Amino acid sequence: MGELTAQSPMDGMMPTRIGGVALREVDLGALTLVMPYRGADDALSGALEAGHGLRWPDAGRMTGTTERGVMWFGRTQALLIGVEPGEGLSVHAALVDQSDAWAAVEIEGDRAAEALARLTPVDLRTGVFGVGHTARTEVAHMAASLTRTGEATFLLMVFRAFSRTLVHELGTALEGVAVRAAR
Amino acid sequence: MRLPCPICGERDRREFYYAGHAVALERPGEGAGAKAWDDYVHNRENPCGETRDLWFHESGCGAWLVVTRDTASHAVLSAVLAEEAAR
Ligand SMILES: [Zn+2]
Repeated sequence: MGELTAQSPMDGMMPTRIGGVALREVDLGALTLVMPYRGADDALSGALEAGHGLRWPDAGRMTGTTERGVMWFGRTQALLIGVEPGEGLSVHAALVDQSDAWAAVEIEGDRAAEALARLTPVDLRTGVFGVGHTARTEVAHMAASLTRTGEATFLLMVFRAFSRTLVHELGTALEGVAVRAAR
Repeated sequence: MRLPCPICGERDRREFYYAGHAVALERPGEGAGAKAWDDYVHNRENPCGETRDLWFHESGCGAWLVVTRDTASHAVLSAVLAEEAAR
């Protein structure tokens, strides 16, 4: 068999900067959806802490970092990021490897929230959606995960198959916001 | 319209799928007659005023909710997880 080269979901499609907002495709590494069995929440949380030094997040929150952390991902679900799950977790939770299933982009800039507000119904004001807050929502009608990782930085994830649509939609929103600001 | 998801907080109506009156949670018991099943499957009230509906937080957390709202004033009064309402 020939040498196979892994291709990132956006593979150079995403511009690096639009109207003062920086865009960066992020390789999150190993992604595992963790779904605790009924009544096993505390045991799973303990195993996560013992095995990986990570805490199970509250609803709508993230623990650790996007390089190594746990992101709330829905009712009784969280996404383990950047860590291969240890043996101890599978006793308490169903685990699904989703490493290649998501496209992730970091969006950074003063107008990032303004552009995202054109695409998602989530209230992105800092008083409501602060650093470390995360939401499952829709972004331009796509199922998405959106996390505020810094004052003016967001991590946006959509299914890998929607990479090109996301590039298009984000571009349109960012260009629109930039044009309006320049007037 | 915004619905107060017990898990996610107040969220836009776009994120939800509407699934009709919450009567769907009251499944007829064993031996219930055809009338009870007819009502359960097919017959729905169309109230002017307070009503309880099932909503699915489809684009959000994925929870099923029972939302109490007023069809006359459009006020959304409360929302609880369907798994708790059905207990
Ligand atoms: Zn929700």
